[in-house]
This record gives sequence, structure tokens and C-alpha cells, in this order.
Amino acid sequence: MMTVVRSPQAATDAASTHSVVSVRGARMAFGERVLWDALDLEIVPGEFIAVLGPNGSGKTTLLQVLLGLRHLTAGEVLVDGRPPGRGSDRIGYIPQQSTLEADLPLRARDLVGLGLDGHRLGLGPLGPGARRVRRRRIDAAMAEVGATGYADAPLARLSGGEQQRLRVAQALVGEPSVLLCDEPLLSLDLASQRTVAMLIEIRRRTAGTPVVFVTHEINPVLPLVDRVLYLVDGQFRIGPVEEVMTTEVLSELYGTRVDVLRVRDRLVVVGAEEVPHHVHGPDE
Amino acid sequence: MNDIFDRLVSFDGTGELLTLPFVQRALIAAAVLGLVAGLLAPLVVARGMAFAVHGTSELAFTGGAAALVLGIEVGLGAVLGSVLAALVFGLLGLRQRERDSVIGVVLAFGLGLGVLLLALYDGRASNKFGLLTGSIVSVDSTNLWVLAACATVVVGTLVVWYRPLLFASTDPGVAAARGVPVRLLSSLFAVLIGLTTALAVPAVGAVLVLAVMITPGAAAARVSASPLAGTVIAVVVAEVALLGGTVLSLGPGLPISGYVAAIVFLCYLVCRLIGRVRAG
Repeated sequence: MMTVVRSPQAATDAASTHSVVSVRGARMAFGERVLWDALDLEIVPGEFIAVLGPNGSGKTTLLQVLLGLRHLTAGEVLVDGRPPGRGSDRIGYIPQQSTLEADLPLRARDLVGLGLDGHRLGLGPLGPGARRVRRRRIDAAMAEVGATGYADAPLARLSGGEQQRLRVAQALVGEPSVLLCDEPLLSLDLASQRTVAMLIEIRRRTAGTPVVFVTHEINPVLPLVDRVLYLVDGQFRIGPVEEVMTTEVLSELYGTRVDVLRVRDRLVVVGAEEVPHHVHGPDE
Repeated sequence: MNDIFDRLVSFDGTGELLTLPFVQRALIAAAVLGLVAGLLAPLVVARGMAFAVHGTSELAFTGGAAALVLGIEVGLGAVLGSVLAALVFGLLGLRQRERDSVIGVVLAFGLGLGVLLLALYDGRASNKFGLLTGSIVSVDSTNLWVLAACATVVVGTLVVWYRPLLFASTDPGVAAARGVPVRLLSSLFAVLIGLTTALAVPAVGAVLVLAVMITPGAAAARVSASPLAGTVIAVVVAEVALLGGTVLSLGPGLPISGYVAAIVFLCYLVCRLIGRVRAG
């Protein structure tokens, strides 16, 4: 399956501005198993790409390729015109919320600080001037996500929503050229999902930082999504929501009858092997 | 009852003993050990490696016992044993349950081997006992250059790698995404633990290495979540316990380890209390 559908909007943007991420003729295979082949994807500044698909379809593998942690079987990938090296400063990464141990020796500001320079060698800025600059950057990143009130609180004491706000700050503090999000809303309550999605959206609007958003659940970000990359079992489609999230396209991808229903402002997918669009309870 | 207390706490001749070179060397060794153990303890706690440290110390015991039998430097045998064990544990998968069972298996084997080796050794009995519970004589017999070399390697590595180590220990997913070599650091950290454990075995004995490698970190975590403050607290706790324990053990002439373990446990209780009061 090599159909590549681009939104007219994105196509013109791609022609006029240089793309931040380009994936060309990408193939990823583990032995006999092909996750995807002939994948072409140009992501332009300010674009929001949702990556959907069942477990094992290669969503996370795609993120690992963009992060430079995995090599493509064939094809090339460029971030800011260069192959992504390990530990690239050009990429901000937001993981899913995880349970933290109570004795974790980190405060909120330390998590953000690690996002700034935790990958660097040496003891960090030692002079008072350099330390002040570092502190100011961390404070600014926390203010941006409304985390100033608990900046010095032990990380493990914070709620899942508060932790994910800090994850956004941790990813943004290094001023990345692209944001990669791996299920950042999973296991958050609805209010926190909205807040975290909005914080990512604000950065996209103000700085034009494109977003690659891996998710099981498109509805919390549905109004933000420019294009969908839908991966199923070696097949994929790329295009605007209304072109990809249809009964015809998904039925073809899954190779079985799948119905896509629009219920008010939500999309409901019925019949996919593993239903990708489950609704989270507030406490899940 | 009072008799036992008098036997345990006595300063008879403590002042005199403190002037002796072998006691002073033991105090220097204790201070160096307190520094490196205190620096590592918060990371050990953050990584959930208490059991791995225990396993490593039992293998340091095995290495030391083998050295006794072979007639080579005991400290060197301990370093070899613990670094080897630490490397094996460092390479183990990240899944906690699997790691736990493998450590248990290796630990039991190492301990059994060590007991057998000690039985084969027909030298001084205090040498045997020293490996298990530590003693001021065995601290003194630690080759000073082994001590200095181990401490230099640990501190030097931390100066260069501390930030990525903290990142990988507390936030491995994002650290990997930022290109931090998480698996490599796992092995590197294991070697640091191995070296420090080998330093700790002569002083507190294989059985009580946890007292200086875990408890200071666990105590600090109760008081502060700041990595810097936590490390400072852990170093202070480790120093108080090791130096205090060494001095207290002089008068009664009993093993250092009991005193170190008691002091460090007291520090832990105090830190818990402070944490409880602060949390309100």
C-alpha cells in the first residue's frame, strides 16, 4: 500500500517552506515482518500529525527512528535537514505518564532541568551567572505550562496531570524544532487531557513547532490534527482526518469491515480488531 | 543489662587508640568510603538496586575469601569479585522480577562458595570473620593504593557522568530519547557499585554493606527530593555513621559494623521523622 494523500494546505506549505522532518522511501522490517514500506512524510512547520494504529503497527518504532535510536531498513529520514543523531537537541520528546516511586530524588524543576542538559557530560554550569541563566530558562518553561506553583515539590507527590504538564515543559525547555509525543494523554483525566493538549497546541501556534502525536485516541486532539498517519499491519495511509478516518479507508487497511461514525464532535471506530478508540474514565 | 551496655559503650583508651597510626589509617579509609558511598547511595535508591548491592557485596566476600586461600591481597580479591558480580547484574534485563531472581541465584552460589573457601583457609580466624562483619584490623590491612584508586575512579566517573547517570536513573525513557546511553550507563554504574562495595567490605563486612550503600540514600530521600541536597545529606549520614562507628568501636574493641549499622539506622529514623513532620 503506497497511497500517499496530502492535504492541499500541507502540500503548498511543503512547497513554500522547508520541511522540518522528512521521511523518504522509508522501510522498516524485522526479518519477514514489514512494519511499513515506501513511507514518505514531509512535516512542515506548524503541522500537527497524529499517528494512529493498533499495537505493534510500528507507531513507537517510527518515533524511535525520528529520535535516531533505530535505523531504517531502507530509505532516509532527516530532521532539520540532517539525519537525527543520538541525543538530538532538535527534538522534544513527551512520553506517557508513568507511576513514579515515592523515593525518586527529583523535584519538579529537576525534571525540567534534565530536559535542558541532563544528557550532557560534566557537572553543568558552575559559575553564578551561568547558573542564573539556567535557572531562568527552567523557570520560564515551568511558567509556560502553569507549573510555577509546584516547582520545588517532589515529583512523585504530584498528580498525573501535573506530571504531564512538567513533561511538556521538559520537552520545550530546549527549544526543539519538532515535538514527538508518545501517548502523552494516556491515563489522564479528561480535564488534564485537555490542558496538556492545549499546552502543546500553544507552542505549535506561537513557535510553529510541528507535532508528531502518537495516540490510540484521536478525539482529545481531533480539532488540532492536520493530517493522520494510520498504520495497520504493514499498510498505511496519510492524509487529513476526513480522508483517512472513513469507513472505506479503514476497512481497506484492516482488511475487514470497520465503521467510522461521527457522533457530535467525536469519531467512533467500530469493528477494528483492537478497538483503537476507547474512552478513558476520569480515574483510569 | 548494665554490663552489656558498659561493654558496648566505653571510651576506655579511645583517646590513646586514636593516636595510633593503624587507627588513623582506618579513619581515613572510613572517611573515603563515606564519601563515595554517600555519593552513590541516592542513585542506588533511585534505581531500586538495594538487592543488587547486597548481591554484589556477597560476591566481594567470595572474592576476598578466594584471595585469602590463594594468598593474594584480600582487597584485590574483593574488588575482582564484586566488580564481576556488579557487571553481571548491570547487564541483566531491566525487568525487576527477573533481575531479583537472578541476583538471588548468583548471591546464594557466591555465598556458598565463599563459605567453602573460608573452610579451606587455615590462617588466622580474625581474617575470616573480618570479611563477614568487618573489623578495624581488616580496614587497616586494606591496601591504601587500592582504596585511593577505587575512590578516584568512582569520584572521577561521577564528575564526568553524573548528569546522564541521574537522568538515566530517574527518567530512563526520556533519557534514552535524548540519546543518553542508558544500557551502557547501567554497566558503568554497576562497576562503580562494585568498586565501592569492595571498599566497604573490610570496614563493615559483606553482611552489612547495605548499611552504607543504601541507608544513607534512603534517609536522604525522606528529607529532600533535590538531587544535590539529597546527595549532601547522604554523604553526611554516611560519614557520621562510618567515622562515628569506627570511634565508638575502639573502646569496647568490638566490630565496627554493628556501630555503623546502629548509627545509620538512627539517622534513617530521624530523617523519616523529619519527612513526616514536614509533610504535615
